Amino acid sequence: MGSKDITAEVTTLESWDTVISPHAGWFDLHLRDLWRYRDLILLFVRRDFVAQYKQTILGPLWFIIQPLLATVVFTIVFGNIAGLSTDNLPKPLFYLSGQVIWGYFAGSLTATSGTFTANAAIFGKVYFPRLAVPISIVISQLFQFALKFAFLLCFMLYFISRGATVQPSMAVFLLPVLVAIMACLALGLGIIFSSMTTKYRDLRFLLTFGIQLLMYATTAIYPLSSLQGKYRLLILANPMTSIIETFRYAFFGRGTFNLLHLAYSAGFAVVVLFIGIIFFTKIERTFMDTV
Amino acid sequence: MSDVVIRVEDLSKRYRLGLIGRTALHEDLSRWWARLRGQPDPTMRLDQLQLLEANKARASELNDDAEHIWALRDLNFEVRQGEVLGIVGKNGAGKSTLLKILSRVTAPTLGSVKVKGRIASLLEVGTGFHPELTGRENTFLNGAILGMSKAEVTSKFDEIVAFAELEKFIDTPVKRYSSGMYVRLAFAVAAHLEPEILVVDEVLAVGDAAFQKKCLGKMKDVAEHGRTVLFVSHNLSAVSSLCPAAILLKNGAVIERGKTENVLETYLAQTSRPRSLLFHAEDSGKEDKLGDHLISLESFRLLGPSDRQTITNGDALRLVARVVVHSPGDFSMCIPVLRAGVVAFYANSYHERDAFSLSTSGTYEFEMTIPPYLLNPGEHEFGVYVSDDRGSGEHHIRVHTALSADIEDDGGRRGGVFHGRWPGAVSPTLNAEVRLLD
Repeated sequence: MGSKDITAEVTTLESWDTVISPHAGWFDLHLRDLWRYRDLILLFVRRDFVAQYKQTILGPLWFIIQPLLATVVFTIVFGNIAGLSTDNLPKPLFYLSGQVIWGYFAGSLTATSGTFTANAAIFGKVYFPRLAVPISIVISQLFQFALKFAFLLCFMLYFISRGATVQPSMAVFLLPVLVAIMACLALGLGIIFSSMTTKYRDLRFLLTFGIQLLMYATTAIYPLSSLQGKYRLLILANPMTSIIETFRYAFFGRGTFNLLHLAYSAGFAVVVLFIGIIFFTKIERTFMDTV
Repeated sequence: MSDVVIRVEDLSKRYRLGLIGRTALHEDLSRWWARLRGQPDPTMRLDQLQLLEANKARASELNDDAEHIWALRDLNFEVRQGEVLGIVGKNGAGKSTLLKILSRVTAPTLGSVKVKGRIASLLEVGTGFHPELTGRENTFLNGAILGMSKAEVTSKFDEIVAFAELEKFIDTPVKRYSSGMYVRLAFAVAAHLEPEILVVDEVLAVGDAAFQKKCLGKMKDVAEHGRTVLFVSHNLSAVSSLCPAAILLKNGAVIERGKTENVLETYLAQTSRPRSLLFHAEDSGKEDKLGDHLISLESFRLLGPSDRQTITNGDALRLVARVVVHSPGDFSMCIPVLRAGVVAFYANSYHERDAFSLSTSGTYEFEMTIPPYLLNPGEHEFGVYVSDDRGSGEHHIRVHTALSADIEDDGGRRGGVFHGRWPGAVSPTLNAEVRLLD
């Protein structure tokens, strides 16, 4: 009897490496775990990259055709028929820049929002920090972005050679910051959506449709300078607006560059990402029961 | 020394009935609306509703909620360092739920599992394999998914490839692999995982016999290196050869923990149906028809050799039905013989028409005999049908599985080295001869 009490005493003092319990704290986010699985994130990125490029004839060309066609349509409809301002930039350049930036955000958001449903088979069999998947998606999307961006630069050089007044500024060095803000924003929103779609599949329709509409609430189609009063504020409230404006300012010397606007976008992205991670870690614990 | 590395405390998992599957927002709204009006859930399938009704009765006894079922209920056990523990139980006993919780695929509803050391689980091999990637790329990807760092995989890479016997094809996309190659690579990666605690599902049941043997060998290796293994399986021979100790789950709780042989004995007693060589009218199930106004069944039995209990394939098996004939007529008897629930053959009495044409009522015995060396050794089931030979052909008596018997191999037809089981339900003695031709 006595010896039994002693063992009980000893075991209570033991430290456990993993405790699997029903409820995790709101801020128990396993971020250290995520760091331990960093190799996995890179391997996911590699997998997506290889899988996308193998066995497509046109391969990367598809990524360019899509924004190019959108640019042609926008140039005709908004530029020529509707006659919207393009901040004195060549119309195709204006629209293409909007498409390239928006494309990264929209692509990342769409892909991350399917995290749980698309990976249910793997998630049902093995544990790893689920966040590794959406993070890897946001990184893989960078390749597409880089390709489109390179294409945009070629476009730009062409217009410069044709005598267009395009003046890149020192703000080009802000590009990584812009991309980082977009990545956080898309990741945050994407994982919030993916958490909600585990329960309500029909939210996916809302998302695809919503992303399209949201584009019109940024300055992808029209410059901020053409807006006044409450519409200007409304459009500025969209965190993507200042990203597009800063981008145009940095590479073309047009658009509105305002550090406050940019700080707002960054703050917005961080808050969304934080809420997203909390939500996501909550859902990942039991979502296998409902899929 | 004998430290506890896994402690499962009051572990419970509750599932909500009807929740699994697609949900749409409008379904949730209609469910809520139906509940408000006190109607059954409109989104539930009928079988789920029936289950729910059945559960309600039980739930009111247990003072519990009928919409939920407990897959695990207050599970408690401990596993010590270096222990290799088998987990057995029938389907629905809670094995998979326990595995999912241990693998952190899902969280428990109540209770906790405390783990010391790195735990890795193998619920399947080849998780995350991508067909477009090469064997090499998939090895790294799969390794990372299972929790290995890149450096770990790199250091074991050659060993993994050698184990899978895929040296020549490691840079080929796995979509070009045969299914055997695919599984070998997948298992090879998994086998080189070196956590302190390994939780394994029935992944051993993959590949051909030689590869299975290799896998079992590898598992033994792992166990002998002092690592802790939890092995969940239906494959009782694998459990008994691998695990010195086992636990038996039933209805979400541990009902026995101890030496594997004792646990398996309890498990078998629980699962195998009692062998019966005699069927009485009272034993009938609801699908059986025991007779009508023309003829009815009193009993049906299997008569083997009179001098011993066991029945072997060398014995003639007499199947005897005692029937009461109420109204004379032309009858025929038919015996379905089943192996593993599947009909192996039907034998009928049409060739003895005259004998089964009865002109007076009374109690009769109908008998058919299965000759020696027709049935393959193993468990067989026997039924009995009696029908009208001349009229509609309707069954007057119909019992699909009335008797079961385990037929032993008497060794009489074993010659060479093979002592395993022959496949199939029958192994009749065929005419065999040799002719010398010039």
